[in-house]
Amino acid sequence: MTPRGRILAGLVSVVGLCALAAGAHAVDTNAKGNGSYPLQAEGQMPPRQAWSFHGPLGGFDQEQLQRGFKVYHDVCSTCHSLNLVAFRDLADAGGPGFSEAQVKALAATYQVEDGPNDSGQMFKRPGRPSDHFPPPFPNPEAAKAVFGAAPPDMSDLAKARSFPRPFPLFIFDAFTEYQEQGPDYIVAILNGFTHPDDPNWNEYFPGHHIAMPKPLNDGQVQYTDGAPQTVQQYSRDVAAFLYWAAEPKLDERKALGFRVVIFLIVFAVLLYFTKKRIWSGVTGH
Amino acid sequence: MSGPSSYVPKSGFTKWLDSRLPILGLVHASFITFPNPRNLNYWWTFGGILSFMLAAQIVTGVALAMHYVPNSGLAFASVEHIMRDVNYGWLLRYAHSNGASMFFFAVYIHIMRGVYYGSYKAPREVLWILGVIIYLLMMATGFLGYTLPWGQMSFWGATVITSLFSAIPLVGNAITTWLWGGYAVDDATLNRFYALHYLLPFMIAAVVVLHVWALHVTGSNNPTGIEKQSSKDTLPFHPYFTVKDGFGLVCFLILYAWFVFYIPNYLGDADNYIQANPLQTPPHIVPEWYYLPFYAILRSIPSKLGGVTCMFGAILLFAFLPWLDRSPVRSANYRPLFRIFFWLFVATVIGLGYIGSQPPEGGFIIAGRILTISYFAFFFLVLPLLPLFEKPKKLPASIAESVLGAPAPGKA
Repeated sequence: MTPRGRILAGLVSVVGLCALAAGAHAVDTNAKGNGSYPLQAEGQMPPRQAWSFHGPLGGFDQEQLQRGFKVYHDVCSTCHSLNLVAFRDLADAGGPGFSEAQVKALAATYQVEDGPNDSGQMFKRPGRPSDHFPPPFPNPEAAKAVFGAAPPDMSDLAKARSFPRPFPLFIFDAFTEYQEQGPDYIVAILNGFTHPDDPNWNEYFPGHHIAMPKPLNDGQVQYTDGAPQTVQQYSRDVAAFLYWAAEPKLDERKALGFRVVIFLIVFAVLLYFTKKRIWSGVTGH
Repeated sequence: MSGPSSYVPKSGFTKWLDSRLPILGLVHASFITFPNPRNLNYWWTFGGILSFMLAAQIVTGVALAMHYVPNSGLAFASVEHIMRDVNYGWLLRYAHSNGASMFFFAVYIHIMRGVYYGSYKAPREVLWILGVIIYLLMMATGFLGYTLPWGQMSFWGATVITSLFSAIPLVGNAITTWLWGGYAVDDATLNRFYALHYLLPFMIAAVVVLHVWALHVTGSNNPTGIEKQSSKDTLPFHPYFTVKDGFGLVCFLILYAWFVFYIPNYLGDADNYIQANPLQTPPHIVPEWYYLPFYAILRSIPSKLGGVTCMFGAILLFAFLPWLDRSPVRSANYRPLFRIFFWLFVATVIGLGYIGSQPPEGGFIIAGRILTISYFAFFFLVLPLLPLFEKPKKLPASIAESVLGAPAPGKA
């Protein structure tokens, strides 16, 4: 093949891959539109959600994170810990965007164990921004004694849950940048309690029996920004919040990545022409 | 790294240094004037890419080691501390974990390039075997490193792989206990795995030096598979191959950056974001993607000892390629039948990789066994016997002729 032919072939294959990826995305989108995913042995494939943090230019929606935090705070935190997240994180860039004063006030509403003091006693004091969210139970065993199973810690939950993507979808996921299986799964679970007579039946949970009974109901959490107070809305908001809790540097990562990739592409183009110029003096190239 | 150097020191300092330690001359001869075959294509840029990846893994790894805690009670939280609180810790960790995948991706291309163009044939056997040793060290390093985050897949992957040694007759259980430092994968295991994970990359670096040394004795193979004969067949390493390797590397870095910044968890397992729990076995224990073909071979053999033997054998067989392949022609470009079997072999390995990622049930078991047989058939039937049936194409008279065409008048 001539050098020109080789470049042409390379371009054609890149265009082909993009077309393939776009086609796969279209198939994927249609499939979830009419809910025609093949029923998997472990449960149904969670429908794909549209997320503000999807894609190379994606980022968290601050208002959604604030609503999601409210759902976590009012409902989930009764049973689920958030051990790896500190109050101060709520004020960090790329997060829910609470002010320092708000974070300070919020932390002070929690009682945190500290000590030992000068007399050797452990004591409780109001939380500070540098503290992590105190867990609802002192240890997983205590939670298990109450519920029969320890509710999982929620810090990494949105990255620790997934579902298999059959061939060839998992190939296309690398090109379409589908990384949100975790939050999609959480939304599916929260909307999957479809047997009113059995609060532990879940359409999307492997085996269909989940230890957690239906946690959210319409109108349960009061929103102040006019967003719909429905389970559908709550589940999306809290899944977004949990994805932030698991991946707090997502905004920074994608923004830096964009600059790095642009730099590398420009660098590669310059090197390509440099290489061409250097090799042009050699006959046969 | 061989032969006399044409380097002439110019400044006072370089003259002084060169008469005491001729290191500048060594660099000059190895990476500046070194004559490379002029027809090397982009598959040959992966050697440079691999050197870069080794350096990148060591640099990010040393930085991560400053924040990581190798203790079974603290390891998981320390990795999360890196991800959340260390400045650019998320970048270091994603660059390191995806860097391992990129390293293996590049080494697989590098190995398959060697097989396709017959780079292992005389006089490059030692160069090839050093490469197989590097690959084995890489596999060990990758496995040890995957244990360190102490997630569910770290723990259970380590348990499954170390348990393989218990298949050895008589001393198997004793060896496994010795590897673990106890009666299960635990804190002692994590500590020694961390120590070894820090050690092995420097052993890789040492073998890489030998690999490059051996390369510079024989020189690179090339797409025609015939040896260079005159200076018309070669071009100096600098600037021709520094710029070509550089361009290849930057293109590779775009792929690497795509993984690090946009799909950092694509190749990982969600279960590894759950802290290791010895009391809870995940439903499917799957190793990292780069071990999957060998994992499939392991599970395709109904006996444990047989499976372990075949799995390690499948890797070690690569060291014997120079003697298994009986064809005097190196490059597959001139071997029409070998070329077909080469691509069938590549398809077999990818197929085994897919089988390795699936639960061992139903059709996957049968498919895995068929592919395992065809994997070994490539080494024991195709390579030794194919030359008896194959009529190679006519080789060009020289590398220069293959690039410039036969010396006929008026041909560009």
